[in-house]
Amino acid sequence: MQIPIEYYLILSAFMFIVGVTGVLTKRNAIIVFMSVELMLNSANLTMITFASYLGSSVGQLFVFFVMTVAAAEAAIGLAIIIAIFRNKLTVNIDEINILKW
Amino acid sequence: MIQLIYLTILLPFVGFLFNGLLGSKIKNEKVIGIIGSGVIGISFIIAIGAFFETLNLPVEQRKTIVDLFTWLSVGGLNIHFAYQVDQLSLVMALVVTGVGFIIHVYSIGYMHGDKSFWRFFSYLNLFIFAMMNLILADNFLVLFLGWEGVGLCSYLLIGFWYDKKFEKMTTADAGKKAFIVNRIGDFGFLLGMFLIYLTFGSLNFSDVFSKIGVLNISQSVFNFIALFLFIGATGKSAQIPLYIWLPDAMAGPTPVSALIHAATMVTAGVYMVARCSLIYASAPAILTVVAIIGALTAFFAATIGLVQNDIKKVLAYSTVSQLGYMFLALGVGAFSAGIFHVMTHAFFKALLFLAAGSVIHSMHEDQNIQNFGGLRKYMPATAITFLVASLAISGIPPFSGFFSKDEILWKSFANGNVIYWAIGAVTALLTAFYMFRLYFLTFEGNSRFGKDKHPHESPKVMTFPLIALAILAFIGGFIGIPALFSGEGGNAFENWLEPVFKNAQARLAETSAYGHSMEISLMVISVILGVGGIIIARNIYLKKPSIATELAGKFKGLYNLLWNKYFVDEVYDATVVTPIVKTSDSFLWRITDAKIIDGAVNGAAAIVDRVSKNIRKIQTGVAQFYAIIMALGIVLALFWIIMSL
Repeated sequence: MQIPIEYYLILSAFMFIVGVTGVLTKRNAIIVFMSVELMLNSANLTMITFASYLGSSVGQLFVFFVMTVAAAEAAIGLAIIIAIFRNKLTVNIDEINILKW
Repeated sequence: MIQLIYLTILLPFVGFLFNGLLGSKIKNEKVIGIIGSGVIGISFIIAIGAFFETLNLPVEQRKTIVDLFTWLSVGGLNIHFAYQVDQLSLVMALVVTGVGFIIHVYSIGYMHGDKSFWRFFSYLNLFIFAMMNLILADNFLVLFLGWEGVGLCSYLLIGFWYDKKFEKMTTADAGKKAFIVNRIGDFGFLLGMFLIYLTFGSLNFSDVFSKIGVLNISQSVFNFIALFLFIGATGKSAQIPLYIWLPDAMAGPTPVSALIHAATMVTAGVYMVARCSLIYASAPAILTVVAIIGALTAFFAATIGLVQNDIKKVLAYSTVSQLGYMFLALGVGAFSAGIFHVMTHAFFKALLFLAAGSVIHSMHEDQNIQNFGGLRKYMPATAITFLVASLAISGIPPFSGFFSKDEILWKSFANGNVIYWAIGAVTALLTAFYMFRLYFLTFEGNSRFGKDKHPHESPKVMTFPLIALAILAFIGGFIGIPALFSGEGGNAFENWLEPVFKNAQARLAETSAYGHSMEISLMVISVILGVGGIIIARNIYLKKPSIATELAGKFKGLYNLLWNKYFVDEVYDATVVTPIVKTSDSFLWRITDAKIIDGAVNGAAAIVDRVSKNIRKIQTGVAQFYAIIMALGIVLALFWIIMSL
């Protein structure tokens, strides 16, 4: 029995909303970072779904790109967070607000 | 040689570049002087060659266009750097390079020891370059290039001794005055040029002139073109109402006065009107204006010249007056007589200025003739050449001025009317009077200068040019002996120029009703007037100088009027200059510029400043706030897209 496409999409949308909420509300930079990963993966899920549904491999191809970029981004992002922590002894992003007027 | 005519333009320019760029390093007056005058001398030789080559051509082929390259080609406007070698431009080219060469040589002596010797020669060469462009141009734009170029050189040379005091101002102010007054005239010239292009679709002389009579052009267009061009001529050639700059132009070194403000540049207006004779012949009303302005200028300037005491001022007013004669000639349709007078005037007026320069030199820069007297025994060559020139300008036969002036007077009577002739004849009397007043006060009678002055004859490099010009001033008239005396052949000078002016003459179609007996009697009258002027001047200034002061006392009002040059400068100051300065200062500067323009600029900056002071608070620095805005934006955008599906 085939699972209807709506299930995948609803799950993906749910994951995305969780990610967005995390990014917008969490104070800890690590959690914000993880939420971003969640958003990326929800997008990946959508693409895989459509690739399978449409019988096309383009979506799967894009997922590989996204995963590659996500890996690189994770490495750089963590490095930045560590650098910030060394300077300010905190990773709470509401305390890192020096980029203003 | 005709094809090489561009060298007469290029060589002075090379001289200008050489002296202008390297002169300050060379410092050797001999090298600078020889190069400066040498290039003009070579130009003169080329011009002579071109003249003889043209002379050997059949009459109908005596016009050659030397096309160098295309200058502009925009839409229908095609301007070539092309030069026209014909009878008229050759006469002018010979005068400019010939007299120019003599004056360059003279300048070597006159400017000796000046700290800016090289600058003087580079300016002079630049002037010749511009002047040659003006007279050889085959279209209005190249002519205008030269026209502006000579104006620039005039400005540079009037203010050559820029730190020297001149009357109530400095020489730099006199230069500015000349430049600005000329600019007014040039504006008229530009308008005329625009109108020509609009009407004929071309600025080329032969194109424009060949279309006159072919195209159907209304009379008023011709009138406006002729009038605008004439406004340009009044500026450059110092006619009423724009003559006021020329007397002040005497602030410059004397060779400049001789070359630019007597012999060549100021005749550019005469040349231009003669070149456009066909346009003027198509606008008889404006031709009458030209004649009236010319006659009035001749008379008024001569009356001012009667009482001035500055030797160069008298000569300056005399120049204005003689230019008036030339315009009178043009105005009555005697174009070749006008050009003839340009030529003879170039000889004797350049000579007068150079001789005056020689006197000023030996009197240690004093220019007041009341402080001279009896200089003949100290500087005989200067005195004799000055006398020759004075006789020429007074119209005493057989000096050159007699032929050209008499030609003008005769034509103004035959083609014009008796009033023109009467004004011209009275002016001839005045001319003879003030010229000999100058001569007697300077060279004859008792010495009135102080013991500290030791007058001496000028060096040979200055007296030789004087002698050369004196010879020209003496014999220059013989090429234009009137038909009355020369018989069958007629007036050689007029015959030479005839092909240039024949279309214009045909359009004017004047037939003189007067015979030779009339011409002879008028000639006798004008000679009597000339001699009379000389005798009066002799009786007053040589025999009883007290008469002059008595007369001045008796006619105090008239004397003051003349002494103050009819208060024209004051009137112009009050009616034109001061209002412009006042409005510029109180309205244009303090209100328009300071309040409106600066206000608008500063106001725009102030608005940006105030708005951004408030808006910048949006930048909180909290990354999540930005993310919320972004998310909301995306949601809104998505919403909008979905709704519009």
